[in-house]
Formats: sequence, structure tokens, C-alpha cells
Amino acid sequence: MSLEHSHPVKLNELYRDVIMDHYRRPRNKGDLPDPTVAVDLHNPVCGDEISLKLLVEGGTIRKARFEGRGCSISQSSASMMAQQLEGKSLAEAETMLGRFKEMMRGDEQAGEALGDLVALSGVAKFPVRVKCALLAWEALERSLEQLR
Amino acid sequence: MIDARAIRRDFPIFEQAMNGRPLVYLDSAATAQKPRPVIEAVRRFYEEYNANVHRAIHALGERATESYEEARRKVARFIHAPGPETIVFTKNATEAINLVAYSWARNNLRPGDEIALTPIEHHSNLVPWQLAARAVGARLRFFELAPDGEIRADRIDEVIGEKTRLVAVTQASNTLGTLVPVESIVAAARRRGALVLVDGAQSVPHMPVDVQALDCDFLAFSGHKMGGPTGIGVLYGRREVLESMEPFLGGGDMISSVRLDGAEWNELPYKFEAGTPPIAEAIGLGAAVDYLSALGMDNIRAHEQRLAQYALERLGALPGVTVYGPRERAGLVTFNVDGIHPHDLATVLDQEGIAIRAGHHCAQPVMDWLGVPAAARASFWVYNTEEDVDRLVAGLKTAKEFFGHVVGA
Repeated sequence: MSLEHSHPVKLNELYRDVIMDHYRRPRNKGDLPDPTVAVDLHNPVCGDEISLKLLVEGGTIRKARFEGRGCSISQSSASMMAQQLEGKSLAEAETMLGRFKEMMRGDEQAGEALGDLVALSGVAKFPVRVKCALLAWEALERSLEQLR
Repeated sequence: MIDARAIRRDFPIFEQAMNGRPLVYLDSAATAQKPRPVIEAVRRFYEEYNANVHRAIHALGERATESYEEARRKVARFIHAPGPETIVFTKNATEAINLVAYSWARNNLRPGDEIALTPIEHHSNLVPWQLAARAVGARLRFFELAPDGEIRADRIDEVIGEKTRLVAVTQASNTLGTLVPVESIVAAARRRGALVLVDGAQSVPHMPVDVQALDCDFLAFSGHKMGGPTGIGVLYGRREVLESMEPFLGGGDMISSVRLDGAEWNELPYKFEAGTPPIAEAIGLGAAVDYLSALGMDNIRAHEQRLAQYALERLGALPGVTVYGPRERAGLVTFNVDGIHPHDLATVLDQEGIAIRAGHHCAQPVMDWLGVPAAARASFWVYNTEEDVDRLVAGLKTAKEFFGHVVGA
């Protein structure tokens, strides 16, 4: 039985394979000793938690690691974000953050430069889940603020 | 007997389809849907006799005041209070509890005094006491839970001691469905001279509650969880205790006379109702009370009990589903499905037109006790049927299939 026939189209728009892959096998998950910046965030509404640690050298993110617990959307978003952050300059990370937020507001073009993260564009159609996708990015935003 | 299918027709919200399916609403513990008589009562107030209460010298104001006070009398009868002056209208159960935390606890507790609670309180019956305890140097103590989530009645006396001045307990837990042995707790509190506040947010809409039989000092509950509007709640208080208390909020209506250098308080219950009250909401709550009384609270409890047992049976038979809480319970079932976060579960069910609650249920200590970050909850009320439970079970199977396919769970 194919999913396309048994489930409303919208559900498949939300739960893309790449999201489920990152949920099942999160990348860049774990502790990072001696980080340049560390931010713990927790969504009091749903209980989702994220801890983001970045190692920054010469304005470039060398390492990004996250730990946390939560739904498939929050955890896959953190996994894809951390994976893509490595090797980016802080300015590039800032641009990514801006694009991701625009994508969550429904701007599909904003996601085009975000690689695998574009898989999360369907979340914009589920307003109550947008906060799940944004949790890791809020941690990034606070990290960047602390680095300024 | 409750004919839930007929009752459903009293609730206009069920006239719509949700994602192409008839709506299955399993989130009444968060807020209940509104029957037509409640919506009508609110509409009639605004269309026919909107006016402020307790001050107008005109016909509209008289009718508004009379209807507002009639709602108070209805609520008093509904919970078997000795008189309408013991019924204080508040914004919701949370405000009712905070009223006691500010007006009674902060003025009566001394450093070292103790407040006893269950470990399964909603945040609204925990955080106000944390704040009050911190303000006066009092201490919180907690009753013990049995492994299934029941309160251990045999250990109540170990928690209520000489220093206990107040016991604040829910009558029915919004997460585990636990029915707290309030009678034993009140008896133990009486032996120690402690006051008892009962959080009735999850009991008053679902079962007969008699404050004089319970012999509690306070009972707090919310209108919106019993078919009434949002923005209206109730604090019942024992007359002598209410009379001894300072006002909560200051303003108009709660005074009898005001000079520039002081004021005297109005009589009960107006001493605790500063400013223009939620008039339409109170009148709507009165209509909800009439609606529930006509159905019969014993019948509602029996109906929900049947649904909860049926849900326990059906969910318990699904592989990978863990149900929390005791067997004998309020009309709700909290559970988790292996490998599926409750948010993801709720999203899949929503696509099937089934509304459940997912998260920590404003009871994070309960989630910690269960050792889970979050859980899913299906809660029942007068309009729910066994078919709703069947739809839920079918939805869970769909979710398991979907996530089994995509994550190989």
C-alpha cells in the first residue's frame, strides 16, 4: 500500500523522507567539549529541548553539535542545521538563519539555497508545528548574538 | 443514560467536517465544546439586555444584574454550596487558586508552615503555592504516588502534620486521570486544623461534586471546561474563611465606602469581584450548568467511565502503545506510541479529523515521574461515543503504519 494513496497529500508534504532519515539517524548529535558558545533552549509549550554547541575559529564555525529530545520536526531540523553549519562563516550562518525563517513564513524560494533543509518547507503549512522546526534555529540565533 | 449521538447535535461545532471527516474531539480536558443553549444565552445577553451590573438604575441594568446573580445561584446549587454568597466569580480556576494564594496564604502562613499537595497537580495548583511559599518562607510537601499513579491513602497522615496549614489537591488529574481520595485527605486535614482547597477543574464538569459533603474550604473550577464560555471561573469558599480574608484585587464593586485615605470592603462575594465582572460569561456558565443538570452528573460520570474503560481496552490491545495511570480513572487516557513523538502523532491524527492533546499537559512533574518528555491524551465528555474511540484506534494504526514505513519503527 503506497503512502500517497493511504494518507492525505499534506502529511507526505510534511514528513519528507529526508526529514525522517535525519530523525532516525541524527547527524552532528552529541557533546562538544570546550565550545566557543553553548545555548540550551526548551519549548515550555511542548517540552522539546535542544542544546546547541558551536566551535568557532577565525569567524568560521568549525564544529556544530546538538543534543536534545523532541518530535521528528524539531530533531531533524537541528540535525540538518548542525550538519550544514560546519564550515560556514558567521555571516553565512546569519544568512541561513534569515532564509530558514522566511521559508517557515511560507516563502518557498528562500529554501532553495538551503540544501536538504528545503525538505522542511512543508512545515509552513502546519502553523502549530513551525515552532518545532524553529527551536534549533532560535538556539543558533542566540548563539550568534552571543558571538557578536 | 447519555445518548451521546443525540447530544452531539446540541453542539454546533460538530456540524462541520474536519479535514474531510466528521470531527472527533478528544480534547475536552483542555477546553470543552459549547452547547447551543450556552451560545444562545451569551447572544441574548448582548442583543437584548447588555448593561453593567450592580449600578445601573435602568431596566437593562436590572435585568443584567438579575441574570448575573441568577447564574451565581445556579452555580451554588450545582455544587451544593450553602448559599450564593460563597460563590466568587473569577476569570478561571487558575485565578481562583491565585486568589486564595494571595488573599489567604500570604496573610496567614508563617515561616516553617507547610502546604501539602499531590505530585500530580496541574501547574495552576502548584506554581501559585511555590510563589506563596517563597514569599512567606513556607514549605511544600507532597503525597506519595503508588506505581500506577494512585495517591497512597495509607501515607496521607505522614504528609499532613502539625505544621500543615493548607492542603491543595486536585480531585481528578488532568494527565493520569487519577481520582484523588479527597474525603480521606479532608479528614486528615481536619484532624490537624488545616484548610483544604480542591482543584475541581477536571472533576466539576464530569461528576457530581458536593462541597458540603466533601467538607472542603475552597473549590476552584473553570467555566470553559464545562461547556461555558472562556473567561469565567469559580471559587467556592467556606463563608467564615472568605469573611476572614483580605480582598484580592482592589477597585470598583468590591468596596462599600471609599475615602481618600482608606476604604471598607463590600460584603461577600463582592469583596472579591473588583471591576466589571465577566457578565455574559457568567450568564453563559449558568446556561451550561442548566444543560449539565438536565443530563445529570451521575449519568455523565457513568458515560465517561464506560468510554475510558473502552479506550483502555482498545489502546491496551495495540502493540507498542503504553497507557499511563490507574484503571479506575476520570474520563481521559494518556498514552505514548513507541517510536512516535506525541506531536507527530497529533499531527497525523489531526489529518484524520481527530483532535487530541500532545505535550506535557501543564504538568511537567508528572511527565518527569513517568520518565517521558511528553505524552498524548484523549479526553472524553458528553458528546463522545465509542465510535470516537474506534476512530482514534484506527488513527493510531495509520500513524504506526506511516511512521513504520518512513522510520522503520
